[in-house]
Amino acid sequence: MVTALFFYMFAALLLISALMVISLRNPVHSALFLILAFFNGAGLFLLAGAEFLAMSLIIVYVGAVLVLFLFVVMMLDIDFSELRAGMATYLPTGLFIGLVLIAELAMIFGAWITSPDALKLRGAPAPNDITNTEALGRIIYTKYVYFFEMAGMILLVAMIGAIVLSLHHRPDVRRQKPAEQSARRREESFTLVDVKPGEGI
Amino acid sequence: MDTVFLIIVFLPLIGAIVAGLLGTAVFRYAGSAPPQPAHHDEDDDHGHHHHAYEGPRWPMLLTTGLLLAAAVLSWYAFFDVVAGNTYKVVVAEWVRSGKLAAPWTLRIDTLSAVMLVVVTTVSSLVHVYSLGYMSHDPHQPRFFAYLSLFTFAMLMLVTSDNLLQMFFGWEGVGLASYLLIGFWYTRESANTAAIKAFVVNRVGDFGFALGIFATFAVFGSIEFDAIFAAAPEMAGKTFHFLGAEHDIMTTICLLLFMGAMGKSAQFLLHTWLPDAMEGPTPVSALIHAATMVTAGVFLVARMSPFYELAPLAQTFVVLIGGITAFFAATVGLVQRDIKRVIAYSTCSQLGYMFVAMGVGAYGVGMFHLFTHAFFKALLFLGAGSVIHAMSDEQDMFRMGGLFPYLKKTWAMMLIGTLALTGFPLTAGYFSKDAIIEAAYAAHAPMATFAFWLLVVAALFTSFYSWRLMFLTFHGKPRASRETMARVHDSPPVMLVPLYVLAAGALLAGYVFYNQFIGASEAQFWGTSIYRGAHNEILHHMHNVPAWVKWAPAVMMAAGFGIAWLFYIVNPALPEKLATALRPVYLFLYNKWYFDELYDRIFVRPAFAIGRLFWKGGDQKVIDGFGPDGVSARVLDVTAWTSRLQSGYVYHYAFAMLLGVAALVTWFMMMGS
Amino acid sequence: MLAIGLEHFLTVAAILFTIGVFGIFVNRKNVIVILMSIELMLLAVNINLVAFSAHLDDLVGQVFTLLILTVAAAEAAIGLAILVTYYRNRGSIAVDDINSMKG
Repeated sequence: MVTALFFYMFAALLLISALMVISLRNPVHSALFLILAFFNGAGLFLLAGAEFLAMSLIIVYVGAVLVLFLFVVMMLDIDFSELRAGMATYLPTGLFIGLVLIAELAMIFGAWITSPDALKLRGAPAPNDITNTEALGRIIYTKYVYFFEMAGMILLVAMIGAIVLSLHHRPDVRRQKPAEQSARRREESFTLVDVKPGEGI
Repeated sequence: MDTVFLIIVFLPLIGAIVAGLLGTAVFRYAGSAPPQPAHHDEDDDHGHHHHAYEGPRWPMLLTTGLLLAAAVLSWYAFFDVVAGNTYKVVVAEWVRSGKLAAPWTLRIDTLSAVMLVVVTTVSSLVHVYSLGYMSHDPHQPRFFAYLSLFTFAMLMLVTSDNLLQMFFGWEGVGLASYLLIGFWYTRESANTAAIKAFVVNRVGDFGFALGIFATFAVFGSIEFDAIFAAAPEMAGKTFHFLGAEHDIMTTICLLLFMGAMGKSAQFLLHTWLPDAMEGPTPVSALIHAATMVTAGVFLVARMSPFYELAPLAQTFVVLIGGITAFFAATVGLVQRDIKRVIAYSTCSQLGYMFVAMGVGAYGVGMFHLFTHAFFKALLFLGAGSVIHAMSDEQDMFRMGGLFPYLKKTWAMMLIGTLALTGFPLTAGYFSKDAIIEAAYAAHAPMATFAFWLLVVAALFTSFYSWRLMFLTFHGKPRASRETMARVHDSPPVMLVPLYVLAAGALLAGYVFYNQFIGASEAQFWGTSIYRGAHNEILHHMHNVPAWVKWAPAVMMAAGFGIAWLFYIVNPALPEKLATALRPVYLFLYNKWYFDELYDRIFVRPAFAIGRLFWKGGDQKVIDGFGPDGVSARVLDVTAWTSRLQSGYVYHYAFAMLLGVAALVTWFMMMGS
Repeated sequence: MLAIGLEHFLTVAAILFTIGVFGIFVNRKNVIVILMSIELMLLAVNINLVAFSAHLDDLVGQVFTLLILTVAAAEAAIGLAILVTYYRNRGSIAVDDINSMKG
């Protein structure tokens, strides 16, 4: 009963915030609503029993990725009203596609059956006696370690890519050059001049 | 002895290959100067020759030496064959396909021996002459290689033992002729003349090929011995074609004669020969006077067992020969170009030979072929000498008065002219007059008709020959002063061949009269020429009335007199006559308008059809629906798809989302 | 109605996904919102995976969710980096100007 209540609350908030994300004029507000949507999505995860994913969604995703969105939106000086200008052009197409999709996805509701083989085909049945986090940890580092490593690699590559893309050497800014500083030698820095008395340099 | 014949035949081929492949490979151009013809139509101020030959001289000397050796051996072989021997030299099996067998065999009898000496002698003399005449040309090795190649092909033709082998030689000389007419390939007129010669010969060769096919179809063989043996059985038999009965032998003979007409430039297929004078003059002397154009005559002589069985075909040969002799002589009367006059003279003399062939006097025709080779080559080489001296001027009306400068050439040309016109005791006197007598002696309506044509042609021959002499060597000089200042007699290397040929022109008739058509002719020709039982032409020839015997001499004298009157006594007279008879003059000067006629009825329709197939068939249909159409559609599709690739990110995003929707729909519908 | 089953989750995910698709169509000029819409769609997929995981008691779904989260984070980082670079070069992020991909 309480579960159902929470489910409806989370679901309703999720969908409303998602709608807000795509319809608001100001991207800053959109980003904030996206954060709200992910919070509610995490709530749905909790209801489904995926505690670890719910937490990582909030901590990692909301805390890092969505805040990054917020950063970018705020950092760039963009005239957003102009970006909204031609909004209605593709509205009919978008509505049509959206309706088709939702109609088709709605047909799943009440018109689906579980395959009798589904239970046999499970890759990693969830044990009952341990927590979700521990169970996940057990298989991530054993059976699915390669997937895990691959995910790490993807993140590494993405990180390097992002740095390479956004790293910008501005010529008008003087930066520290540690390599040059430490490689500097005495001979390059100064010369000894033998100044004779009464002559100057 | 077999080896001798192999050597004779293959020496020219060796020369052609070595000089043609190695001579030009060793030879390097100095700089990258374009090849320049030695003859210039336009005036040049920088002297006579722009690009002297700078390559090695050995290819020319080699080919000439080999040809001289072949000529000496040919004379040796000739006397051996005349003594009564015949040979068959097997070279290779060559073609064997089903019933068709064409071994490569050299058939040596009197007929081929006569042709051997004619070909190799004239060819070697022309080689020697060309050493001088072409000495400034930058492409000499090629020229000599072509000449030797021609000689080889001609020898293949005359020594053939079956029709296919003969056809091989036939086409070989056609190729060499084409190459040599177009030797100065930078000149457009030379190229068109070469193509014209080739195409017109194709018409004749088409008939020749059909004749060979018909022979094989009828006899199941194309070897001379077999078909000659089987020919009498086929006499009078007919075949059914297009709803009518046709005589087999007549059909075959007419088809073969069609080839002869093309190669020997007979009436209706003669148009290529005058244009072939675009080639260097030695080529005109060798190919278009002495040897190749007589191949048709040789063909008829070789196929005499066939023609003896086809009286209708013989009559046709007489008719064509007579018309050609007359027609070419009339055209020769008014030509201005010295080489064209001689070319039409050649055409006319070939007509004489065919008349002799047609009336069954094969020996007489061959005799004229033999003597004609000497004096016509002499005339051509003499004309070449004149042209050489006149800085490549060919128009006789810009010559005149050359006698004091070119005494030696004049003497040679005089001998040639005497022989051609049939001055007593020269070569032409024996052979040409014999033909006229034979035509009279045949006592057939068509032969009588031809007889009168030949008599008139003899008058014309005499006139145009003396006209040529008078215009060129006598009267007042009409050339520019600079040209006259450069006039000089030719070097010895060019004069010596003239001397040899002049000796032939003077003596060939007298020396060989007895063998060719005289008392010992039957023993001389042996089995190489076949005469039917009723063929007593030679017997009748000796019994013709005296006026017939005298007619050619009278005509010759009359022609000389008229020419004397026109060009020495009163040079204004020809002008007046041409003005008075302007239509006739123009008709003759334009060669009876044959070129214009053919242009209308053959060339232009052919071009029109060609253009139709080219523009309509090839470009519109095949290209349009084939490569061009496909590529155009590919371009359309790519243009369309590249419009799809707008480059706008959101378009790609749309496409992706549409794809998502479509995929979802797909899975929904397929129920999976 | 009160018992929350798989269908409920799936329905929510479907609606969320459609909202994401719709968002891309509507905000075709604004790359930032497009990126947010993609995040929404990925969240919808994640909800699906987690719901099935719970329904079948199979942890693999959650492992996959983890992977998707990683990839989504990487994608967001790279996308935003591109956006920043682009803005630096052009002074704008209007997507309908970007057709430099056109060959």
